[in-house]
Amino acid sequence: MARTRLSSFNIASLVLGLAFLYLPIVILVIYSFNASRLVTVWGGWSLRWYREFFNDEAMIKAAGMSLAVGATSATIATLLGTLAAVALSRGEGFRGRTLFSGMLYAPLVMPEVITGLSLLLLFVALNTERGFWTVTMAHTTLTMCFVSVVVQSRLVSLDRSLEEAAMDLGCDPARAFIAVTLPLILPAVAAGWMLAFTLSLDDLVIASFTTGPGSATLPIRIYSEVRLGVKPEINAICTLVIAVIAVVIIAASIASKLSSVRGESGAPI
Amino acid sequence: MNSRRIFTRPARFAAIPPYVWMALFFLVPFGFVLKISLSHTAITQPPYTPLFDFTAGASAIANALAALSLDNFRLLISDNLYVFSYLRSLVVAAVSTSILLLIGYPIAYGMARLPQRWQAVAMMLVIVPFWTSFLIRVYAWINILQHDGLLNRILLALHLVSAPVVWLSTDSAMYLGIVYSYLPFMILPLYATLTKMDPALEEAAADLGASPLRVFWLVTFPLSLPGVGAGVLLCFIPILGEFVIPDLLAGSNSLMIGQTLWLEFFTNRDWPVASAVATVLLILLLAPLLLYDRLQRRQLEA
Repeated sequence: MARTRLSSFNIASLVLGLAFLYLPIVILVIYSFNASRLVTVWGGWSLRWYREFFNDEAMIKAAGMSLAVGATSATIATLLGTLAAVALSRGEGFRGRTLFSGMLYAPLVMPEVITGLSLLLLFVALNTERGFWTVTMAHTTLTMCFVSVVVQSRLVSLDRSLEEAAMDLGCDPARAFIAVTLPLILPAVAAGWMLAFTLSLDDLVIASFTTGPGSATLPIRIYSEVRLGVKPEINAICTLVIAVIAVVIIAASIASKLSSVRGESGAPI
Repeated sequence: MNSRRIFTRPARFAAIPPYVWMALFFLVPFGFVLKISLSHTAITQPPYTPLFDFTAGASAIANALAALSLDNFRLLISDNLYVFSYLRSLVVAAVSTSILLLIGYPIAYGMARLPQRWQAVAMMLVIVPFWTSFLIRVYAWINILQHDGLLNRILLALHLVSAPVVWLSTDSAMYLGIVYSYLPFMILPLYATLTKMDPALEEAAADLGASPLRVFWLVTFPLSLPGVGAGVLLCFIPILGEFVIPDLLAGSNSLMIGQTLWLEFFTNRDWPVASAVATVLLILLLAPLLLYDRLQRRQLEA
């Protein structure tokens, strides 16, 4: 549909929309460097809130927990989500497919209080000790569908003649997948991993339900601090999290650039 | 053609691990929610009774079954607190989704009309805030909306108000937060549908003499309806059960159902009532969820 003139209304809605999306974040980042404690006074540039964060043991521990949970759950979710995407895009119709895709995509929209509560009740019934692994398993369940969506849209737009050529040359399906398809979809798989990682890093509700004593994640700690009011230290923490995510996003876009350099057709992720 | 067929069987086997995982961690837990919603609170660990002990014999299980009751559901219906909470959630979700559609549609439309190279950039720009922490973005608004925050200072400086306005702990702040957080969810499905549209159809309508407004209403909008449906459901369903945004930005005199559930679970330690709240919420969402599932299948497998 891209063609012809952009009306001034179009341009205005784009600019206003993007400004609306980005301004609060930009303001937050700027204030994290405010030497003054008060929001009303600009005291000059300073790193004191960052220093406070690094001296805050509880926060650092929570940050470490979040990163560990994020990396682990993202990896498991990527494995399972890629398998699911392969099944849905190549498996044609199979018995139970409707239930499968329904189950897989429901967490995308399901309110997190419901998923969190139900997972906690499961863990309690199974008498599982709540902590790192329960949060990780919960996050995997939540993020698997996002990975599956990303990988599936890539698989669907992939040129299948390459796989077929491999099999005509004598590969069995598994070998053809590993040798031909997997390298082609790898940027999408990597992007799925990063999406799962950022979602896990950010999750508050499900982590609150499924965590155990001593295993608070960063959002849980941030939330309990925010409830007490605006603290400049939180600005610094948030900016750091944004920086981490920015690195991840840049890595993701480099990965998808790599895929287009290879000459693939396919929608950007 | 032949080799395509060879792929389908192994591909189906690939479904087994995720299937087992989701069945165990997504479906089975709902059974527990239902069971606990029929139980009673107790000062035990875990804080509900009856407990099903499968080693205790058939009569113990029969007794446990007899102890289940619909008391919690009767409470939900009889106590106005819960009824108002559900109603408020429905209203907030409906209003937020409408605002999201009104704001998101022009943005998606503008994006779809960009030259090809800029579209990828625009999509990245819209997705990036979504990848940025949700909690942080809500917090960013608290920063701006607080009593001596940026918004009030700007308004005072422009002499638009004579005293700082109370923004936080209001419904306006909550709607702002919801719209801000869910905007990418509305824009992306709309954009996906709008890019696939054939511009020749709009041009034909214009050539036949229709004004731009009529072209939009008679041609563009009807063709974009699948995207509208997807965006609306993608926003309405999760907003209905929202917790973080109303908790941090709205006032405390009226709670959304996500907040009520949280309160019952964490503050009142009443797991059975919390489970009953969750069950009723799920029943309310059943129709939209099924609708969403149908739309999703059509979109991804078209």
